[in-house]
Amino acid sequence: MLTLEKRPSPSRFWAGVTPILAVILTMIAGGILFAAMGKDPVEAILDIFWQPLFGDNADYFRAQLLVKAGPLVLIAVGLSLGFRASIWNIGAEGQYIIGAICGAAVGLAFYPADHWYIFPLMVIAGALGGWAWAMIPALLKNVFGTNEILVSLMLVYVAENIQSWMAFGPLRNPEGMGFPGSRNLQQYPAASNPELIPNTGIHWGVVAAAVAAVLAYILLKKHILGFQIRVAGQAPRAARFAGVDPKHLFTICMGISGALAGLAGLFEVSGPSGQISTNFNVGYGFTAIIVAYLGRLHPIGIVLAGLLLALTYIGGELAQLSLGLPSAAIQAFQGMLLFFLLGLDVLSNYRIRVKETRK
Amino acid sequence: MKRREFLAATAATGTVLATGLAGKAMAAEPLKVGFIYLGVPGDGGWTYQHDLARQAMEKHFDGKVVTNVIQNVPEGADAERSITQLALAGNKLIFTTSFGYMDPTINVAKKFPKVKFEHATGYKRADNVSTYDARFYEGRAVIGTIAGRMTKTNKIGYIGTFPIPEVVQGINSAYIHAKKVNPDVEMKVIWVSTWFDPAKEADAAQAMIDAGVDVIMQHTDSTAAMAKAQAAGVYAFGQSSDMIQYAPKPRISSIIDNWAPYYIQRAQDMLDGKWASQGVWMGIGTGVVEIGEITDAVPPEVKAEALALKDKIASGAYHPFTGPLNKQDGSVWLAAGETPKDDMLSGLNFYVEGIQGDLPK
Repeated sequence: MLTLEKRPSPSRFWAGVTPILAVILTMIAGGILFAAMGKDPVEAILDIFWQPLFGDNADYFRAQLLVKAGPLVLIAVGLSLGFRASIWNIGAEGQYIIGAICGAAVGLAFYPADHWYIFPLMVIAGALGGWAWAMIPALLKNVFGTNEILVSLMLVYVAENIQSWMAFGPLRNPEGMGFPGSRNLQQYPAASNPELIPNTGIHWGVVAAAVAAVLAYILLKKHILGFQIRVAGQAPRAARFAGVDPKHLFTICMGISGALAGLAGLFEVSGPSGQISTNFNVGYGFTAIIVAYLGRLHPIGIVLAGLLLALTYIGGELAQLSLGLPSAAIQAFQGMLLFFLLGLDVLSNYRIRVKETRK
Repeated sequence: MKRREFLAATAATGTVLATGLAGKAMAAEPLKVGFIYLGVPGDGGWTYQHDLARQAMEKHFDGKVVTNVIQNVPEGADAERSITQLALAGNKLIFTTSFGYMDPTINVAKKFPKVKFEHATGYKRADNVSTYDARFYEGRAVIGTIAGRMTKTNKIGYIGTFPIPEVVQGINSAYIHAKKVNPDVEMKVIWVSTWFDPAKEADAAQAMIDAGVDVIMQHTDSTAAMAKAQAAGVYAFGQSSDMIQYAPKPRISSIIDNWAPYYIQRAQDMLDGKWASQGVWMGIGTGVVEIGEITDAVPPEVKAEALALKDKIASGAYHPFTGPLNKQDGSVWLAAGETPKDDMLSGLNFYVEGIQGDLPK
């Protein structure tokens, strides 16, 4: 008979191996799914994992990996700090939207002026917007003890309605023939976030994601705040004895994750996305939660996880093209990845023992 | 063509022959046509109709045209990548089937000057970007007429999506023609801020029914409102697709988007080497806007009246927006006999006189 025995501390070995194992299991299960649909499973898996990196036109797709992974990593790094301290900001999507709106609004206010300081001001406004939106659940929790999961999640829907109002109202492009949506910031150089080096996909958002990952790594390793975050997550009582003020920590973690989500929104709206429309948000704030966990809440892991998820998106589109796979099959494939990863967590937290049962 | 003959030809005819050869080489290899969809064909509405037209095009050309599809592409950054993928995959003609793909289409078109693009419902064109759209308001005039005749409570409902010109045209056209046949008619508009959300659409339909509406029109894509109409015993119209499964009641007719004639035409233009950038706005006359079968729940004289109106619109003898028409605030929009220019119509942002309520801002 098999039994599970809790390990005194999570196994470092299994924590490192399970993500790789999860990817392999996903390939096998996904392959079975694709085969059941009458598609060649090997070709489908190659299309998803190999073609974007090394196939035809790989230069373009490698650049697009960075474009897609950038906002995911930026948001996920912020979320991971809170998650480590058991602070559950589920509303990064809302903070992303508000950051984008604030940043875009600042840029559009200057239209059509051309000053060097417009884009930096937009960056500040984007971060502040996301921060402020995250402060609502933080304040409500600290003052009234509300649940931040619910409040931050509900604020996503509020943010989506504000976004729709902005696209139809204050930020609507006056030359847009009555259609919703702001001016396209890609066409307003002083407020745009273009590719910094042609054909690499690298824009300021990608740079910010890399910098955020490095800073988060240093913070967690070297800084007292990183220590407080880790202790608060692992042993809340011990954290109190160590002088950690939970409210203070809560405010800081919500603020950082909100500001980074806001930044991601700003870089996206001024760059790849281009305009505030009724639905320019595409769920990065929610997908980033998956990225954070796929990356084990570790900055380097998050960078890898962000790239992996971006790969499944882009490779998935290639598989749609070459094999005619429906998009739902790709989504199921992505779901399997998370399922196997979380399922295999059992191995790092528990030991499997074979017990002999007496008859 | 033998090499010897080719060499024997003069320089002038040589050019002609070479062009002919290139044409033959192209004909041998099928034309690759790409599509990006906002949703999945299973939505039963907007994307479904584009997919039907894609299939009709493939069938029509019988191997001379092959298609590639990317589904579920959000409008924005992802659209630009997906359209680029289609171009990189060798598609020579690419249909981008939603309004929000406008700027991404223009961006990608700049990078692939030899690839031709067709953007649905937008207004930005380039040398290799055409736009195409349908005059849905022509269909609304026909079903508005039926609605005006069929209502007993004199209240008809319209589930609106977003206050963009296309939807405002539809509401105005339906109201004008319902009012023409029934001066007491009132129009109730509920804005749901989505193109496809069965739960919201059902809620909107229920709210209308509770308010006494007995004929429902919708600009949204799902059949959720139909189900509510069926339960309440009121009438409704199919939207985008025929929704024939709800016939003969509650679905008494429908407005169908039939893109097949256009897709076939444009692929033919590519095969003939005649493709040129254009902006078209096609109505009932072209077959792109179709009126689904009017069921027996509708009295024969009403059906005849609706079909007569349809024929008048199709032949161009009648424009659904013919003055005298006033704006909602009572000021003159169109003088007697006047019809609006397409430029004006494609930016329409006000209700006509008689419709209650404000457009959402």
